[in-house]
Amino acid sequence: MTSRDGDADRWLDRDAGPVVRPYAVTKGRTLPSGGALLGLIDIVVGTGERTSDGFWQGPEHRRIMSLCRRPIPVVDLTSEMDLPVGVVRVLLGDLTEAGMVRIIPAQQEPEPDQRLLRMVLDGLESL
Amino acid sequence: MALNPSDDALAELSVPSTAKILIAGGFGVGKTTLVGSISEIRPLRTEEPLTDRSVGIDDTQGVHAKTTTTVAMDFGRISFPSKLVLYLFGTPGQERFWFMWDDLAIGAVGAVVMADTRRISDCFSSIDYFERKGTPFIIAVNCFDGAPRFQANDIRIVLTLGPEVPIVMCDARLRDSVKHVLVSLVRYVMSTKSSSQARLA
Repeated sequence: MTSRDGDADRWLDRDAGPVVRPYAVTKGRTLPSGGALLGLIDIVVGTGERTSDGFWQGPEHRRIMSLCRRPIPVVDLTSEMDLPVGVVRVLLGDLTEAGMVRIIPAQQEPEPDQRLLRMVLDGLESL
Repeated sequence: MALNPSDDALAELSVPSTAKILIAGGFGVGKTTLVGSISEIRPLRTEEPLTDRSVGIDDTQGVHAKTTTTVAMDFGRISFPSKLVLYLFGTPGQERFWFMWDDLAIGAVGAVVMADTRRISDCFSSIDYFERKGTPFIIAVNCFDGAPRFQANDIRIVLTLGPEVPIVMCDARLRDSVKHVLVSLVRYVMSTKSSSQARLA
């Protein structure tokens, strides 16, 4: 799979055009370290920890840190960053591993409970 | 259901509760209109890696064989005073974006499948998907001006749906109509959950 020859290889690197660019900020990684896939409505909270030694913080990491001073759902963070959600997930993986952010899973695993459903219903009915 | 262990911490940080509802249906059926009628619309960029053989399953070893696909989608956001934030996600229409659906469907309250009576078959694939995933859904028939009107029962027969699935007529442009659709979905989900709990007990 990694060593395919032929036409597909022509689309690697620069030839692939701007579509690969977003993942440059993740150094080409498409999966967050740690592996856990963040849900779109999970919530990101800055822990207030300083950068740990050996963690290289890029401008996108800093941007995330400034956006999550208050708890912010992944989808809103992504929208603010104007980066693809896959990229933001990788960056959040870095920051989680460095202890700088914490992810609070949305309370819906495996599915929303009656309490949350009631909140949603009450909210909608009050509109 | 077990309590979330971080509930105390959540209260301390004043972290909002979040929930999401999916809006599905064929191209041009009014998904974005519906979301825009009731919520603040925001853009979301997704640029997802795709392999030519395993759509939806990511694998870092396959990076060289990958290409990416860009999906620009909108989502709606409604903030309630109860510190609940409800997100409405329109599911990308084309089948090649189905890898995104799984991401969207996990943990969703449920789905609204929008139907247009002039092109009723456009919503078949959405229904198939949610039935397969076990995601609760209702049908919202978007009553376009000039489109033929049918009784809910006729639509139920065409879509081969059981009697329990609500079919709601709506006008996606009208906020109250959309509100009625979403309330119907949440009530339906609550009733299916409580009846399945009753069966277990």
